[in-house]
Amino acid sequence: MELTEQDRNDFRAEVRLWFKENTPEDPGFVLPQTFMEVGTDQQFEFLRNWQRKVYEAGYLGMAWPVEYGGGGKPQVLQDIVTEEMIRAKTPLIMNTIGLNWAGPLILAKGSEAQKKAYIKNILTAEDIWCQGFSEPDNGSDLGNAQLKAERDGDEYVLNGSKIWTTHGSYAKYMILLARTNPQANNKYEGLSFFLSPMQVEGIKTVPIKKLTGEYGFTQTFFDDARIPADCIMGSEGEGWKMAMLTLTFERGAAGGQAGGVAILYASVQEVVDMAKKVQRNGRPAVEDPVLRDQLVRLLMDEKALSLGGIRAGMAPLDSERPLALPLSEKLQGSELQRRLADVAVQLQGANMAYYMGDSEAAENGRWQRSYFNAFSATIGGGTSQIQKNIIGERVLGLPKA
Amino acid sequence: MLNVKTERTINFSDEQEQLLEIATNFCREKSEIAQVRSLLNDEKGFAPQIWLEMAELGWMGVAIPEEFGGSGLGLGEVVALVEPMGRALFTSPFITTTLAAQALLAGGTQSQQARWLPRICKGAVLSLALSELHGDWDLSNLTATALEKNGQLELSGTKTFVSYAPDAQALIVSVSLNGAPALVLVDAEALPEGALVRETNVDETQRTYRVVLDGLRVPSDALLNSGDIVPVLNQIHLAANLLSAAELSGGIGGVLEYTLDYLRTRKQFDRLIGSYQSLKHTMTDILLGYEATRSHLYYAAGCFGADAEGEIALRMAKAQASETLAYAADRAIQFHGGFGFTYDCDAQLYRRRAIWGASFHGDAPFHRQKLGDLLL
Repeated sequence: MELTEQDRNDFRAEVRLWFKENTPEDPGFVLPQTFMEVGTDQQFEFLRNWQRKVYEAGYLGMAWPVEYGGGGKPQVLQDIVTEEMIRAKTPLIMNTIGLNWAGPLILAKGSEAQKKAYIKNILTAEDIWCQGFSEPDNGSDLGNAQLKAERDGDEYVLNGSKIWTTHGSYAKYMILLARTNPQANNKYEGLSFFLSPMQVEGIKTVPIKKLTGEYGFTQTFFDDARIPADCIMGSEGEGWKMAMLTLTFERGAAGGQAGGVAILYASVQEVVDMAKKVQRNGRPAVEDPVLRDQLVRLLMDEKALSLGGIRAGMAPLDSERPLALPLSEKLQGSELQRRLADVAVQLQGANMAYYMGDSEAAENGRWQRSYFNAFSATIGGGTSQIQKNIIGERVLGLPKA
Repeated sequence: MLNVKTERTINFSDEQEQLLEIATNFCREKSEIAQVRSLLNDEKGFAPQIWLEMAELGWMGVAIPEEFGGSGLGLGEVVALVEPMGRALFTSPFITTTLAAQALLAGGTQSQQARWLPRICKGAVLSLALSELHGDWDLSNLTATALEKNGQLELSGTKTFVSYAPDAQALIVSVSLNGAPALVLVDAEALPEGALVRETNVDETQRTYRVVLDGLRVPSDALLNSGDIVPVLNQIHLAANLLSAAELSGGIGGVLEYTLDYLRTRKQFDRLIGSYQSLKHTMTDILLGYEATRSHLYYAAGCFGADAEGEIALRMAKAQASETLAYAADRAIQFHGGFGFTYDCDAQLYRRRAIWGASFHGDAPFHRQKLGDLLL
């Protein structure tokens, strides 16, 4: 289907109107800024309903195949919707592990039965998905995952533990990396990948209190939990390959995601606006030359990031190292958010010491909370330091350690 | 994380694409490092026969309208030529001549345009004499003066960093006339004996001269348009920074590859040194700075002259390019170890280029300050 610019503009206008009319009012409680921060049942129910409403309007999974519940339309339309969600400052779409990580993986590598079983309910938020990759002793060294999956007849028996499970207590399914062969030639070949049910005897989730003082992750314990053998993705020993493919979706380095905004990024302009209001030596802080330099650097980095997203698709400007931009987006975006929140906290002067809960905290302590929560993205999905190794090795061709 | 596209986009034309490819091949072929180094001690500092080839390819006329013999494209297309030049450390009077042509287009009289623009297209070198000894980047801060006397202009004062002045057929000189900035087109033949003094430039690939104006007399029709010349100076400032950003961007690409070659082959403690994270992560930081530079640069190239956004974009490009090349070349010296401390290591060439680039119409803090005024 060839879309003209007119088609796209018409569609954008339609979408803009829909979000204007349907974006929910402030619910009266704090909403998460990222999908990883869903910490109360109240937040969860609100966001699940919102996702369902967006899907039913036809604005989620627009480019996924019709036979599994998608819209069968060009990706560009979904991108327009996601842009308009940001513009309209809508709540986020919370089932992102299903929509943007597991879903594209299942569509790319899953069996027909798996696609039929899972895709539609990911879109409606009927089934919430979580990810079981990191373990208490194996974070950055994901290939060393030790959770055991032993074949027993028509089942696998799971023993071990996973950690940092976003939506662990709400999830119906988990994408799970487990060790099926401890005697394999190397640690990677011993791994397999499962689409594991969570409501199974022997699987227990325990909430983890985050550095912010809130909840939002769980640790998941597996104690002789039995899951059907056909939950495996691919065959035994293909786990590492599947996990790496999942991470390329997770980091946005490959397309195929269902769409929807999963993280409400703060913009530098918000901090600039604050700098005009707060005072230093009786003058607006924005007049301070050191602060101005900091703000301009942030504006430049934010602009470079959004331009990089455009240039990544422009072959003649991108031919030398085509992976550089896709592989650096997560690193750059997450670090920018952390630095931005850090500046926003410091900007508050003496009031930077207020925390959420205090009636005088600026924007209900939003920036303090954002700063601490920003580490979820600079650590999760491969730390910034791991990202630099990956870029150094895969883009620059530098040798592994 | 999702790759969300903004509404404003990078305009990259077919012409830019072609020029980028042609210039990349041209500079690779004509400016191997041995050639760059042989020119360091050459009095001219560039190869005249290659300059003529560039003229035959039509490069000097890329941003000159067709009526004057050019191809009628814009400075955005010139960016695609200059970036590969920077990468290969290829030097010539191209940037200064292109900027002189832009100055004539922005502020020249009809007869000045008719006389000089076609010649530029055919390979005449022109140069700009804008800087002064005070080192201020404000092009309106002028101590050189012109006095009107008997239908002539009598010039005095000293201009600095006039590129390739002995090869220039004419100079465009900024002076203060009746207390306001003015631009004067000076025919090279009018320059008194000894007016040009070769400068010792930190970047040995460049040839720059001080020009002593004292005793210089030119006819009064040598003035560029007598109206307010400040907007013309501002336009030259912006154009100079766009092309400088392109040259510096290319330099980052060059020094990055040069350093990577070393880190991928040099062994210490039985390990390739590029496997050490302190080096690997630094190189990644440099790559990210390079990618940011190119995004800013080609965005700026696509919207040059459009509106305030064009100015913001090119100042961002220059600030990013300048700071990234300085860092990349500084680390290139360090990462080459003892060899990095020698003249033979090419890292110093790029570090010197970064200083020259920063000196050329504003360094990174200068442009960030201007951006602050535009954005905050």
